[in-house]
Amino acid sequence: MGLLKRRTSREAEIPTSSLADIAFLLLIFFLVTTTIDVDTGIYMELPPPLEDEVEPPEIPDRNILTVLVNAAGNVLLEGEFTEISQIRPSVKRFVSNRGADPTLSDSPDKAIVSFKTERQSTYAQYVKVLDEIKMGFNELRAEESRRLGYRDYDDYKTRLPEGEEDVVADTYPYRISIAEPDATNPSADGSGS
Amino acid sequence: MSVRFKKKSAKTKQDIPTASLPDIVFMLLIFFMVSTVLREVDLQVRVILPDAEAIQKIEQKRLVSYVYIGPEKLEGTRVGDNRVQIDDALVPEISEIRQLMYRRLQDEPRTIISLRVDEESETGILYDVQQELREAGTLRINYSTKRLTPS
Repeated sequence: MGLLKRRTSREAEIPTSSLADIAFLLLIFFLVTTTIDVDTGIYMELPPPLEDEVEPPEIPDRNILTVLVNAAGNVLLEGEFTEISQIRPSVKRFVSNRGADPTLSDSPDKAIVSFKTERQSTYAQYVKVLDEIKMGFNELRAEESRRLGYRDYDDYKTRLPEGEEDVVADTYPYRISIAEPDATNPSADGSGS
Repeated sequence: MSVRFKKKSAKTKQDIPTASLPDIVFMLLIFFMVSTVLREVDLQVRVILPDAEAIQKIEQKRLVSYVYIGPEKLEGTRVGDNRVQIDDALVPEISEIRQLMYRRLQDEPRTIISLRVDEESETGILYDVQQELREAGTLRINYSTKRLTPS
């Protein structure tokens, strides 16, 4: 009888008061080591590799806007020297022409902006010009979204129901072609390429 | 009178129940454990990203593979020639990128290549890398840039 009583009084319990402390310690460790920042950048899609037998399709000259950047960072737009700040309005005018001006594009889904730099151009210049071209498209998309009664393209995008087609993006698709630089300028970067 | 007040206050319990505290903390802990990316690569090339305005966020971090291009870091603050780094190692030949990326694409067909290029690098090496990426079939790329702070 006495033995039984002693057994019941002995409680096997793990002390849980320190559990919170342990969890807090782990929590603080992960809080400190976490990097939540997401990668941001200019998204592009490369063209698939060319096959030798396939001829590149003929595109009428009016549907191509050529942007050239040389090693010094000067910009040639359709063969004319241009300031970087002028690229954006030119791209907008070119893409949204819809056949009005015979020297500019037929329609936004046919218009191609061809972008080319010399091998010696710096990456900063490359991104700057590409950014301007892309912003030209983005501003057109924003205008189209406003015409449809939204605040801007982001607003349209967030309010677009799941599975619905993005009409604005279909109206102004990103058609930017990154051309290969001419082989006449051998690279001086010593990369062993 | 005062005795009565004392008695009343002594009766009410003033403790905050702490029994659920570990649960709350564990919930937070699990969130941070899941969202943590522990392994940051050891950069062997210098990468100072340029600014841009037309930027997008890449939500699916697991799809992203990074390619670093920039001048190789030497002792002190000196830098050498432009090199390409993938994961933790410098790529000895640019033509090896094709194999590497092709294998990565086999594992994850939706791979996005994020190019982190130093702003002072020449674009020649970038074109060579892009050519390799095209051959490998990894066509979704991202030029990693910082958000342009309006001045």
